[in-house]
Parts: sequence; C-alpha cells; structure tokens
Amino acid sequence: MLKAKREAPPAAGRGGIKKELPEHFKDYRHVWVFIELERGEVHPVSFELLGEGRKLADKLGIQLAGIVLGPPGDATQHAVAEAFAYGADLVYLVEAPLLADYRNEPFTKAMTDLVNAHKPEILLLGATTLGRDLAGSVATTLLTGLTADCTELDVDVDGSLAATRPTFGGSLLCTIYTLNYRPQMATVRPRVMAMPPRTDKPVGHVIRHKLSMTEEEIITKVLGFNLDRQSAKANLAYADIVVAGGLGLGSAENLQLVTNLARAIGAEYGCSRPLVQKGWMPADRQIGQTGKTIRPKLYIAAGISGAIQHRVGVEGADLIVAINTDPNAPIFDFAHLGIVTDAIRFLPALTEAFTRRLSPHSHDKLAS
Amino acid sequence: MHIVICIKQVPDSAQIRVHPVTNTIMRQGVPTIINPYDLFALEEALRLRGAHGGEVTVLTMGPPMAEDALRKALTYGADRAVLLTDRCFAGSDTLATSFALSRAIVRIGETFGAPDIVFAGKQTIDGDTAQVGPGIAKRLGLLQFTYVAKIAAIDLDAREITVKRRSEGGTQMLKSRLPCLITMLEGTNEIRRGSLDDALRAARSQIVKWSAAEAGIEDLTKCGLRGSPTVVKRVFAPTTRAEKATQIDMTDKTQHGVADELIAAIFTRQPALEHELAFDGGQ
Repeated sequence: MLKAKREAPPAAGRGGIKKELPEHFKDYRHVWVFIELERGEVHPVSFELLGEGRKLADKLGIQLAGIVLGPPGDATQHAVAEAFAYGADLVYLVEAPLLADYRNEPFTKAMTDLVNAHKPEILLLGATTLGRDLAGSVATTLLTGLTADCTELDVDVDGSLAATRPTFGGSLLCTIYTLNYRPQMATVRPRVMAMPPRTDKPVGHVIRHKLSMTEEEIITKVLGFNLDRQSAKANLAYADIVVAGGLGLGSAENLQLVTNLARAIGAEYGCSRPLVQKGWMPADRQIGQTGKTIRPKLYIAAGISGAIQHRVGVEGADLIVAINTDPNAPIFDFAHLGIVTDAIRFLPALTEAFTRRLSPHSHDKLAS
Repeated sequence: MHIVICIKQVPDSAQIRVHPVTNTIMRQGVPTIINPYDLFALEEALRLRGAHGGEVTVLTMGPPMAEDALRKALTYGADRAVLLTDRCFAGSDTLATSFALSRAIVRIGETFGAPDIVFAGKQTIDGDTAQVGPGIAKRLGLLQFTYVAKIAAIDLDAREITVKRRSEGGTQMLKSRLPCLITMLEGTNEIRRGSLDDALRAARSQIVKWSAAEAGIEDLTKCGLRGSPTVVKRVFAPTTRAEKATQIDMTDKTQHGVADELIAAIFTRQPALEHELAFDGGQ
C-alpha cells in the first residue's frame, strides 16, 4: 500500500477551515459497515471493511455495527453471524422478501431509513457494482458527503474521518473530509484493505428494523439472473498467485504464454490497461487503479512497464516479480525481484522450470 | 424520444505528469478528451435514436473550454449540446455536481422536451467515483440502472424498458419504466466514426451556454465549494519504496538457468509457496 508523504505541502482550497459540527449532528455515533449480501453470499470486501471499521471505532471509542439487508432465511442469518465473527459489536438487520435481489429502490429505502433512525457517525460500503450503485443514492438522499474508492481510512485528532484516495489515475493521493454533514460516507474497493482474522463469536446484539415498502411500490422488477460462466467467474482479486501480461508481449497471441504459466502453477491471470484498450483481454481481467486491485502472495508481471495506475493495484502483493526488457522500466522501482529480458522468450522457460520443480512426475508431464 | 447524455471533459490521464518538487499536476500541454467511459453511453444514445427516432442532447458542466468536448460529441452525431458553465460551480464535489446537472436537465426538459432517458458514463477517468450518475437519478427521482451491459428492449408506448445490468458474479435482467437514468458499462459498443455531414454541422452549431441563473439555479449554496460536503484537505505524492528490485543477472546464462534461479529466489522469500504449489499447481 502506498504510504503517505506527510511533509507534502497542503492543498489549496478550504483545507485549513475550522470544523464545527452543527448541534443536531452531535448525537450521531457508531461506525457502520454495509454487509453486502448478494445471491446468498457475503462479498469478502464487507469483512475487509469490518477490519478497517474496527480500527476506526476503537480510535473513536464507539461501537462497530454491521448492516445486513436481505431476505428471510439462512443466508441472511449467516451474514449476521459472519459480521460478528469479523468484529462487529452489533448488527442492524432489515429482513424482507423484497431484498432477495439487489434493486436500488428497496435497498436505498432500507439503508436511508436505518441511518435516519439510528444515526451512524461513519458509513462504509464496498466499491462494488452493488455498493457504488447504493452509496451514490444513499448519500444523495441524505445530502451528505461520500468519498469513493478510499485506500486509507483514519480518524483525525478532532474525530473526523480522514479518507485518503488516489486521484489523477494514482499520480497523487488526497485526503478528504466530510465537514458539517453526517454520516461521513466512504467506499473502498475489494482487496485494498487486508482481510482481518475471523474468530468464532456468538451472535451478539441484533437490532431489527422493518422495511416500510411493499412490492407494489417498487417499479423495477427482476426478470432473471445469469451467473457468469465458471471461466469468467475466476476471482482475480482474491487469487493467491497472479500472472499478468503487458504491451511487452507484443501480440494477443503471446498472451498464451501468460495463461500457460498461470495454468502450470494454479494462478489467475490478468493484464495491464493498454491490453484491454487494444481488446486483447476482457475488462474484468484488468489489474490496476481502474481495474482490479490484487493482494496475492506472488505476482508475476511480464512485459508490464509499471505505470502508476498499474502500481496502485498491485502494491499489496507480498512478492512482485517483474520481467521487462527495459532496465529503467518503473516496474523495477516497486518489484522485489527483477529480470531484464524478453518475456516472450522467458515465460516458456519459466513455465517449464516450474513444472519440472513442482511435479514428482515431471518427466511424464514433459513428454505428454 | 429525447435522450440527454451527460459527458465530462477530462485530461488525458495517460499524459499526466506530476511535478517532482511541488507534487502538483502539470496541466500545461496535457490534451483533454471526452471521458472515454462516456463514449459508450453516447453511442448507445445514438443507436436508440436510430431505432426509435428523436433527439440526443449532450450536456456537460465545466469551464468554457469544455465546449471542445461538446463539439466533439456533435461530430459523432448528437443533435444539440448544452454547456453549463459558471464560476459558482468551481470546486463542486459529487453531490454539488449532481445538483447542478440535475437542475440543467430540468431546464433542458422545459426548453427542448422532457427526456425519456438520461445517460452517463460508468465513471470518469479523473475522479473515478461513479457517484454522479446515481446522484442525478436521485435528485430527479429517476429510476436508476448502473453498469448496464445491454438495453434489451424499449417500449415507448407502454413506457417500459428492459436492461441487462452487470452485478457481482453475474448479470441481472431488470424490467422497469421510463424515464430512467442509465450508466453504460465499458466495452458494450464502439463509438461510431462521425459522418462528414456531422462534422460540418458540429463546426457550425451554436452550443447552448447556460450560467447558473440561466439554468434556473437559484440556490447557490448548493453549488460549488459551498454546496460540497466533502473537502480536499491534503494532496500529496505517494512515496516510493526505498529499495529497487533485486535483479537476477542474465549474463552468460541460458533462459532455463535463469528461470531455475528465479524460482529458487521466489521460494527463498516465500517458503510456504513451494508447499502450496506442489499440491495446488500443475493441473
């Protein structure tokens, strides 16, 4: 993760303004994390946010709550239990059949009603397709501030949320405050924050809230849901090992070298932004600021120069290996291991060497 | 049908440089473009006009130079362009921006006919928030569909629309009602090459320019810095890692020799990986 250079000059604008919260906002308390439940599964970003929310709540000396919106049933109860297991002190639950599939109208209604009734100080959501759809509607309904795609969350000396996010494609970072409005809302992309440890805890205090809406009031109807094909479902963001290719591979055909290596070592594969723009790989394989953020144990970047927007998406990796012909490529500034060579020639050798090293029956494999 | 599409003029981020000493964006000479995500929405709007007839109005908020982006949109075939420009909008965050744009859309409706669909891009490449579209929808009370991969059907008589929307792990098919706001997913279409006629028309076109007052915005406390609950307090450069990558020397070695050396180095640094790979990899 990018670390802040604190001695940098402050930005122009209202940076130095004195924050005095209006009286009617002073009873806002609790840090809330939206537990994103879709089609029976909790999105892991919700747990990552509980980890961050825990730190904020501890600094502020207030409680951490999970917000679960879902249909009656096991999946919703499971989401409640998991919220506690990942650190929530209490859970606000809206259970209603209307919340079975995500739709903007009932989810916005459920969330804004909860906020108005229970007044959280801070509200965090995952920057997923669902979270971004919901966050924009909720913030506009509540007329409060929303800072999108944060990479660092902290609490200022006066108790305000300091939300840091990349700007201009990751070339700069900015820290944003929500003055005089509550709740302070922020979204964070999956994998930007580390996954906190899970501990088995009994289900604690659950505060139930009714959804004051009927199906007749909801204009939008769900006709169906198509699950992505298994191949497309591959979860790049959460993979332990990732191999990615860049423009240095020269052609779309050479991406095979990347997928071959990935298959040999059980890795996911991806690419840098230019390859998506050229149409060599689909957008959901893009790694970087405008694509996926990854935090694998091992990341192998082949023929990727390492532009800042790529860098912000991969810096959470434990070990970064870069292969590039240009010894001055920026990727060598943040990779741990580097090889100055042509990835087109090197990848097949690496694939073969891995196969040989990993398999006890290597000779059979090589022959087949 | 009348379609309004919101676009934004953005600096071409591929060409942005940060001043090494002052940590400020060096804007001089950086070309501006229409936010690339907006082009998918524009193309979709033009296709709908082709199929159902009607007009496409392009709207942007920005400094006077944003006129260039509007003119570019006209060359692709949009019928009309509206520039919302006023010093009072400076410093707007997503909430203030969605307020100003929503008022301008109301004024467009009063002047040129109420829109059936308002389009926006998925997000911008400079702000990346993806929040202005939902903000406009909420302000105008429009039904909202973000990350739309396909508009499956529109029935103008019944005022119905069916869209395919990207969600985590799959796509939803949703049936709803007009008017609505749609943000288009990238890669869903390809922006057309504008015709010569459109290029000539774009060059001659009068861009509609509205100040806040002309757009019917009276409450200036909802605009610009004053109307923005969020405040940028600090801007700084990310720090670089102190040490560079450890290079594996290629001199006098074969590709295979270096590959073995790299694998050894990987497993030295991440010993647990070898064990995991031996069981999970190689399938």
